[in-house]
Amino acid sequence: MPLVHVLAFARLRELLGFGARELEVDDGTTLDDVWVRLSRDAPGLDGLRSSTRFARNGALADGATLLREGDEVALLPPVGGG
Amino acid sequence: MRSLCCPPSAAADVIELTAQPLDVGAMARSVQTDAHGAVVTFLGTTRETSPGDLRPVAALEYEAYPAMAVAEMETIAREARERFGPLEIAMMHRTGRVALGEPSVAVVVAAPHRGPAFDACRYAIDALKARVAVWKREVYRDGGAAWIANTPS
Repeated sequence: MPLVHVLAFARLRELLGFGARELEVDDGTTLDDVWVRLSRDAPGLDGLRSSTRFARNGALADGATLLREGDEVALLPPVGGG
Repeated sequence: MRSLCCPPSAAADVIELTAQPLDVGAMARSVQTDAHGAVVTFLGTTRETSPGDLRPVAALEYEAYPAMAVAEMETIAREARERFGPLEIAMMHRTGRVALGEPSVAVVVAAPHRGPAFDACRYAIDALKARVAVWKREVYRDGGAAWIANTPS
């Protein structure tokens, strides 16, 4: 099964309890699937999907994006720089 | 990206995240050349109160996704040049804890004339706040804290 590297930032990092972790996923897993799976263990994520953006390997990516072995997945809450 | 350590032989964009206090003078020196008649600086400083929240702020903490944040700032610098003509930009953002009153972000633009320098500086800070992968946590004097998202412009 593909292994992906998941990064979580700011509020999502706090709610998930990790900033970075490895995750084994099934072939055909999408970014949305990763979100659903992580949400099962972190009920605080409920309601945050619409404001969360995903990145795959450093580029913003749609929830339907398929994951491959070694991908870096980032969960990005609304930004607050400045 | 170029380090601020050494005197530039020719100006180039300076795009960095840093945990250190921002040196705006060094940023200005790094972008200015004899071709530039205007240097415009924007500093975003941490303030004690935020709109709709009466809890006094003690400090701000910034977190970044460095690879994406730097790449996006480089994109913004390119866009500013496409829109406003030949210019050099320095953009730096703090990470970690920033004390009240200190700059958390600085944008310095050098251009031949003040019009494009002002326009590009405004464009760059607006785009940075809307797009760059940096997050802000307000730490309050009462001990609480909250993540604060920018309002869409």
